[in-house]
Amino acid sequence: MAQTNWLRELGRFVTVLLVQGLLLNHVRLFGYINPYFYLYFVLLYPLTGNRTILIALSFFLGLGIDMFSDTGGVHAAAAVFAAWIRPLLLKFSFGVSYQYNTIKVPSAPLQQQFIYVVSMVILHHFLLFSLEAFSGRHWALILTNTLASGIFTTGLIIGAFHLFSTSNK
Amino acid sequence: MQQIIDFFIRNKNFLLFALLFIIALQRTKSAHNYHQTRYLGSTHIVGGSFFQWKASITDYFDLAYQNEVLARENKNLRTQLLNSKDTTTTVLEPSTDTLNFDHIRVQTAKVINNNFHKTKNQLTLNRGRLSGMEIDMGVVSPQGVVGIVTHVSDHYALVQSILNTQSKIVAKFQKSQHFGTLTWDGFDPTALQLLEIPKIAPIAVGDTLVTDGKSTIFPEGLPIGVVVGLVQEPSNDYYNITVAPFTDMTSVKQVYAVRRRDANEILTLEQQGENGTN
Repeated sequence: MAQTNWLRELGRFVTVLLVQGLLLNHVRLFGYINPYFYLYFVLLYPLTGNRTILIALSFFLGLGIDMFSDTGGVHAAAAVFAAWIRPLLLKFSFGVSYQYNTIKVPSAPLQQQFIYVVSMVILHHFLLFSLEAFSGRHWALILTNTLASGIFTTGLIIGAFHLFSTSNK
Repeated sequence: MQQIIDFFIRNKNFLLFALLFIIALQRTKSAHNYHQTRYLGSTHIVGGSFFQWKASITDYFDLAYQNEVLARENKNLRTQLLNSKDTTTTVLEPSTDTLNFDHIRVQTAKVINNNFHKTKNQLTLNRGRLSGMEIDMGVVSPQGVVGIVTHVSDHYALVQSILNTQSKIVAKFQKSQHFGTLTWDGFDPTALQLLEIPKIAPIAVGDTLVTDGKSTIFPEGLPIGVVVGLVQEPSNDYYNITVAPFTDMTSVKQVYAVRRRDANEILTLEQQGENGTN
């Protein structure tokens, strides 16, 4: 079992928070499509790391994003859900014994990586936009936003995996 | 007892998740409430100064564009000033124009937080109660109407954007006196919906919409937007009208909050009238 590098996790936490809040919240492709890149932190948290701490950290990450975008608690709810559902998705995409393999998400086979990221992004975005609309009247809007922003987020995260995987080793 | 403790330890992840999720939902719910005090929202002193700090970084990105917007507004105002009938006297005399700002208090403010990709969008302004901001002030940009102030703290104010599915602003046509309610369906930030215009109204695509002076929030005649789509529904007697707002809500920075000085007098009078008839 590898030791969790807390300094690196904390650094990633702060980086992702600032990148999302100061930069990516202002992208708005075609007026409404926004990537929610902060999922990168949840996705890349060490596979053998402490789950409880991940859930708590994700909550505070989401709360931070909520402060940047003035959305109450929708990001906190979606992020904490993503953190909680993560082991299930890991099992689903990398097989039951993912904890005992020395898998690194950024260097995993592209197919498995893709399934992992896409399933997480779709679940997270769907919850996020549902909570944001806060009523059942906007189904079409929720689905369009989930799909459009989801594609954007997925592309960005997988891109980041390949961009930073060598430096993170 | 041991079993209960074991249960908690075994399910600690789920319990923590459930607890944090409920807290987040609670915060979401209170953020949707109109008059709720919010402890981490953008009008609170912590959130507010945080946004101020953020705006001081991100403001530089579109300074050139904001300058151009203000210069264009100055040009329009200067044109009005120089083209008034007698440039030596009319400036000081009370005019009878629709845009008579004598009884309107105007307060400048800067948008320090803005969103427009949600269904209930809000803007945060860097002026609050101590600078004379009040609830129900109208907010306009150099180009047109932006929204209505819904919360004020000592140093910050929160504005319900016209891009908010709860927003309802009375708008009328500049050339005729037909008026309707301007709403937003939550989809396109450049398309608002104008309701309740009967089919007998003589209107066309390209007509300008301005504020209606009947409410105490906006003075009469402030520009709102232009009609871009006009559909006649066979099933009822009203038009389906799509309106493009003049204000580019995606880049609004410098705004003015306006308040009719007689707003309180009018509201008190109406209140008295209601009480008297009841």
